[in-house]
Amino acid sequence: MTATSAPAQPPTRRPVRSLGDRLFAGSATGAGILILLLLAGVAAFLVVQSVPAVTAPADSIPGGEGIVAYVWPLVFGTLLAAVIALLVATPLAIGIALFTTYYAPRRVAQPLGYLVDLLAAIPSVVYGFWGIAWLAPHLVPSYRWLDEHAGWLPFFAGPASATGRTMLTAGLVLAIMILPIISAISREVFSQVPSLHREAALALGATRWEMIRMAVLPYGRSGVIGGAMLGLGRALGETLAVALVLSVTSGLVTVNLISSSNPATIAANIALNFPEATGIGVNALIASGLALFVITFAVNLLARAVVNRRAEFSE
Amino acid sequence: MAKRIDVSDLDIYYGDFLAVQDVTVSIEPRSITALIGPSGCGKSTFLRSLNRMHEVIPGARVEGKVVMDGVDLYGVDTDPVAVRRQIGMVFQRPNPFPTMSIYDNVVAGVRLNGKRVKKADLDALAERSLRGANLWDEVKDRLDRPGAGLSGGQQQRLCIARAIAVEPDVLLMDEPCSALDPISTLAIEDLMTELKERFTIVIVTHNMQQAARVSEHTGFFNLSGVGQPGRLIEFNPTEKIFSNPDEKATEDYISGRFG
Repeated sequence: MTATSAPAQPPTRRPVRSLGDRLFAGSATGAGILILLLLAGVAAFLVVQSVPAVTAPADSIPGGEGIVAYVWPLVFGTLLAAVIALLVATPLAIGIALFTTYYAPRRVAQPLGYLVDLLAAIPSVVYGFWGIAWLAPHLVPSYRWLDEHAGWLPFFAGPASATGRTMLTAGLVLAIMILPIISAISREVFSQVPSLHREAALALGATRWEMIRMAVLPYGRSGVIGGAMLGLGRALGETLAVALVLSVTSGLVTVNLISSSNPATIAANIALNFPEATGIGVNALIASGLALFVITFAVNLLARAVVNRRAEFSE
Repeated sequence: MAKRIDVSDLDIYYGDFLAVQDVTVSIEPRSITALIGPSGCGKSTFLRSLNRMHEVIPGARVEGKVVMDGVDLYGVDTDPVAVRRQIGMVFQRPNPFPTMSIYDNVVAGVRLNGKRVKKADLDALAERSLRGANLWDEVKDRLDRPGAGLSGGQQQRLCIARAIAVEPDVLLMDEPCSALDPISTLAIEDLMTELKERFTIVIVTHNMQQAARVSEHTGFFNLSGVGQPGRLIEFNPTEKIFSNPDEKATEDYISGRFG
């Protein structure tokens, strides 16, 4: 979804081409068109199925206050969890990537890289169990501390959850889940910085950190952003781990990260409520799915804009 | 502040492979020293060992001594970062930082090491360095444009401006003109002749006419065979090397009878 390649451009001249060539060109073009059709099909399904929920009387929607009041807390919860995950995971991932590419000796760097990649191989339900059974209880003391000492911040207003099944826990679990993708992509772009640029910095008398700041980070910037957006996409859509970890109060909008009353996320809410949903309730869930679709789409557009903004300053 | 460099018994390694063996040479201040020789003979490797850029490659190391005005550049308490600040380098391919403007490229070295410099001083330095590199008139109206948007010859002069902006004692140039057209090459050669008033310049070149045109001293590197280490065969005033060299191998090389 993040990298839909441009469909093949028609050649200006048409030289005689062999059968194999035409077959390949045809199948490649077909694959490109198929992607567009799939995307359009999914979008059309979501829109058509959402319409009944939008036009239905407000009291027939779950919650009884109309579709906007139903979807908005879910959108908010989704964005909040994903943003926490991104804020935690991105600096960590960049640090890991820099360490493995420029600081660690090779015999340490490779195993560490594999270990981080292995994080991606853990199924999300396992993350969910780990979050609910281990991470959440172990975070409870920290939440109490935050409530006592940083309670004046709206994020830590409390009361601190006794189970640890909070928005912050969900965000942290998501952060660990998206860490491998961001760090793998960052590592890849950092290791591809031309030695020409690195040596230019070193020959000016840059220390290793200054070399990284002058040559590596600017070069890898768009790659890191791309990786972060892929991670954000996964965090937005992650279902099972959040459904397990987060303790939800429906219809709530709050930035309080450490209490046991939290807004749900769209994906988790659909997973938890779809089996029992009937009639207009199903349409309401699909409408929330449409919102998620739009958000993810917007995130990708934004990422592309950020990457392109200073394109003329990069190769 | 040009300085003199004395190299004695220098062996240069890539891992276990001895790339250059037993170089002893003195490089005079305020002059241009050219290093010539066939590809793979170790002249670039030797050049990079003078400002400790050689050891940037994993496993690369040297044995022997490089002394600049009494300071051992490979001494245990010598910081390679400090060495590189004193001995600047210009590379074969122009390598301005692609994400920086022309201005930022020039002052990049000065902004390093957490130094705070006033904007006015920085502006003056940028102009002085760009004038020093004969580039000012061409770029003064577009200092905020990307450095990578210049032509190859302009980029190389930008790299020279960047190198001289930090006021090094020595300027090393690794085939600085090999990626440039003849007119840009001429511009760089003229520039070198101006710069030698202030810097000690060492240049590696494949172009023997260039060595003959610009340098006071010339060193000829050669290797006796594949897998053998390169050696400094002859080091003499440039006139002597090109008219009456001491070594038969030198004469063969410069007259094109190489083999």
